[in-house]
Amino acid sequence: MENFLHHWGLSLAVFLPLVGAAVMMVIPRAQEELHKWIALLTTLVVFGVTILVACYFDYDNSGSLQFVVNHNWIDVINSRYIVGIDGISLPLLLLTALIVPTVVIYSWNHWPDPKNPKAFLILTLVLETGMIGTFVAQDLILFFVFFEIVLLPMYFMIGVWGGEQRLYAAIKFFLFTLFGSALMIVSFLALFFLAKDPAGNPLHTFSMIDLANAQGIAHSTQLIVFGGMFIGFGIKVPIFPFHTWLPDAHTQAPTQGSVILAAVLLKLGTYGFIRVAIPILPDAAHTWAPWIALLAVIGIIYGALCCLAQTDMKRLIAFSSVAHMGFVMLGIATLTSFGLNAAVMGMVAHGLITGMLFYLAGSVKERFHTLEIKRLGGLLLQAPRMGWILGFCAMASLGLPGLAGFWGEFPALLASYSPAVGLSQPVFRVYMVVGALGTVFAAGYLLWLLQRTAFGVPQDEWEGEHFHDVEWPEWLAWTPLLALIVVIGFYPNFIFHVTDSAVQSALHGVQTLAIAK
Amino acid sequence: MLTVLGFTAPHVDYHALAPEIIITVTLIAVLLVDLVSERNRALLGTIAGIGLLAAVVPVLTLAVDGTDRFVLAGNPGYVVDNFALTMKALFLVAGYVVVLLSTNYVAEGDYYEGEYYFLLLTSVLGMVVMASSRDLITIFIALETLSIPAYMLATWRKRDPKSNEAGLKYYLMGVFATAIMLYGMSLIFGVTGSTLLTDIHASLGSGTTPIVTLGIVFCVVGFAFKVSAVPFHTWAPDTYEGAPTPITAFLSVSSKTGGFVAILSLIFVGFAGQHDVWEPMMWALAVLTMTVGNLVALRQTNVVRLFAYSSIAQAGYILAPLAVAGDLKTAQDALSAVVVYLIIYAAMNLGAFAIIIAVARKTRSAELDSFNGLFEYAPGLTVVMTVFLFALAGIPPLAGWFAKFEIFRATASAGTGAGYVLAVFVAINSVIALFYYSRIAQAMWMQPASDGDHTPIRVPPALVGALAICVIAVVAVGVYPQLVARVGEMAQFALR
Repeated sequence: MENFLHHWGLSLAVFLPLVGAAVMMVIPRAQEELHKWIALLTTLVVFGVTILVACYFDYDNSGSLQFVVNHNWIDVINSRYIVGIDGISLPLLLLTALIVPTVVIYSWNHWPDPKNPKAFLILTLVLETGMIGTFVAQDLILFFVFFEIVLLPMYFMIGVWGGEQRLYAAIKFFLFTLFGSALMIVSFLALFFLAKDPAGNPLHTFSMIDLANAQGIAHSTQLIVFGGMFIGFGIKVPIFPFHTWLPDAHTQAPTQGSVILAAVLLKLGTYGFIRVAIPILPDAAHTWAPWIALLAVIGIIYGALCCLAQTDMKRLIAFSSVAHMGFVMLGIATLTSFGLNAAVMGMVAHGLITGMLFYLAGSVKERFHTLEIKRLGGLLLQAPRMGWILGFCAMASLGLPGLAGFWGEFPALLASYSPAVGLSQPVFRVYMVVGALGTVFAAGYLLWLLQRTAFGVPQDEWEGEHFHDVEWPEWLAWTPLLALIVVIGFYPNFIFHVTDSAVQSALHGVQTLAIAK
Repeated sequence: MLTVLGFTAPHVDYHALAPEIIITVTLIAVLLVDLVSERNRALLGTIAGIGLLAAVVPVLTLAVDGTDRFVLAGNPGYVVDNFALTMKALFLVAGYVVVLLSTNYVAEGDYYEGEYYFLLLTSVLGMVVMASSRDLITIFIALETLSIPAYMLATWRKRDPKSNEAGLKYYLMGVFATAIMLYGMSLIFGVTGSTLLTDIHASLGSGTTPIVTLGIVFCVVGFAFKVSAVPFHTWAPDTYEGAPTPITAFLSVSSKTGGFVAILSLIFVGFAGQHDVWEPMMWALAVLTMTVGNLVALRQTNVVRLFAYSSIAQAGYILAPLAVAGDLKTAQDALSAVVVYLIIYAAMNLGAFAIIIAVARKTRSAELDSFNGLFEYAPGLTVVMTVFLFALAGIPPLAGWFAKFEIFRATASAGTGAGYVLAVFVAINSVIALFYYSRIAQAMWMQPASDGDHTPIRVPPALVGALAICVIAVVAVGVYPQLVARVGEMAQFALR
């Protein structure tokens, strides 16, 4: 069993969704119930596999890659099928494998128009393959392929099942991300040709493991190569000023699409920084760090100010993502193990909390047929359970201690008090103060949102209408997320324990650099 | 050996010549069957298809054999090397797919059938000859053999003025290009005293003179028309729109590939020493071609015209690696990148045209609107078309990504600033291209059917066959690119 898992576990998690999708393709569209069950079963099996992987994971050794499979793939370009996980990948892998089944369960009776569960669920499964694949790939080309696989299903999910502006939002999302990844692949190729081993021989490899010890790239070239990756990952995160696709995509996407987008897709970008950009080009990362931190802080404040100006609940949550991902990027830009731990924690927490907020927005929209904040109000009277859940998630999102959000933001700020050796302390402390202001804004816009939607009495237009409270598919989908928000909030070591030594190895290059200086 | 009047017949390697012989026999057979049988029209396409597939057999046996051969003993003017074999196989299989595309189109459209297949086979024969030609005169003959039937095929919808315009434009521009090319060839011959590319290479050495430069430029310009590189592309959109759609597919894939084969032989075998002349030229052509092609494609509302500009842009990507292919190492990378791209491009583009033909069977139109709501009544076709569109846009895991990747790799492998700048141009252009490819996807998936007509489309078996070949190739190569990567790596010239 264990042996099987070590060889096949990750590959199963990556490709089982495709098997499910293939089975569903040959079943006629009219068999909707069957499609739902197949999709649910597939995603649950995938979740089970990842749980097993987590059980057999060697936590004392989380800094090194485990479950590694290394197999020939494209010999001509020396790219191999290498998958493996360490302490950074594991939490994100579990997050993905958890979110997708909740999406399928939530979909049980929430079909965005034009329905067609077959196509919708097939796209969801393809998305899962892309997302899980990105988190386990250890070869740049394999990583790139999985990174791109998510584009198509998300494009169709927004474009076919989205809101009124869906066509615009879908193509904007697609073009932005593709632009980033096209530059990213050129950067990967530059690494392939330029990286050398300590003896000075060209490596000609795409393996992230081998490239992490690469040398011999001139500093100025490193900066450009890092720049290509920065745009590729930065658009996905999204970092200010590349964020403009996000509010449109989030607002127009169907609820399920928004949840996946917020909970997992954005993390592909930040994960790319931690997994690829920093370990391979520590020198360039060091030079870029203050600028990345600057953009992160601008994102925090800008996102928060935009939130305050929104009149649409979903768009508000979308902009809050820009702000929260700013904290993650700030943590990364400190280049300290503390900051990177906070970043991974921030990714998981944001995935759970913002995922929940989008679920809630979807359920509110389903009942009120609008998300315009001024037409809402009195949710606590009409659907009290949903109102309380919204309150809980708003608290978690604004970083209330004891809930998961706190452990993403607070340590990131703390880390910028003393960034990595060689980075300017005053600059980062200014960032810290400005970032801390962002948390105040966050409390402002989230509490204001809560006040306007949940408190008070319902608007006159809803008089006499009855709204049903949280239903069973919603309970089933939401409970695990809500529980995790509390569990991680109370016991953050749950995550930190796993990530810490992995983060240390990701920063190995930066630390050697600091010693050399 | 036979000697007549002092002329000694050289030894001919018939095994090496077998593909050409089989096609010739087939095209004569098509004419004869057409002559004697009035009723069995359906037989003609079958014969043509079987002939093309039969010609693949000797290509395979030659590939297994593996030795580089001269068809005429001791004469390096007609060579069967790995490059030639790869391209021959591509021409034959692409020709077969075009026959599949044509079967119902020609049979149901009240066109001359026997002549159609005869001309199609003749054109394929010219391409197969082109793959082996390493001599200026043979290249010229091959070019004319592949072009002249294509001029006529473009006018095959003879009752439609647009088709007449298509053929005439194509003919005039083609002849003009040929004249320029011939002038270039005569200059080269005048300087070197030989038409054999190997002799030309030896005689030119590594330097250049103004007259040689002029000759090279004219030769390349001649073929730039053939591959529709900007600014020599003006014939393509009108010709593509007016010609019968299977012929448009044929022009945009096979005929274009024929032009590229000639360019590759010329610059890698004949003018290898003069890379200072053609490298900057290729750089400029590549950037212009991909950028103009993509930008103009953005404005198209007719799918066939859109594909005309898309295929212009694709030619730009294919030209890109040649801009850095000066020395021996980068030349190999560039050559394999171009070969890989041509193979993958053939599968993607032929597949897309197969769908256009299938959809037009119902809608009788190639306007973008006619694709509206396709997902509602033809989900299968829609999914397959989506595969081709996003393969063309270069989205993994569909084959197009690897083709683009090979272009990136070849341009970056030179390690020069010019190479990286070109790679960035390709990157930006792929984003522009995504926009218009996704417009078709958007029409199919996200718009309601224009006239609310939801009757399903009946796809004849020949088209299903063509689609199956293309979609399997696109997906298989996309997931496991090693399949074509290895072919690309091996497909090198024997003479250098």
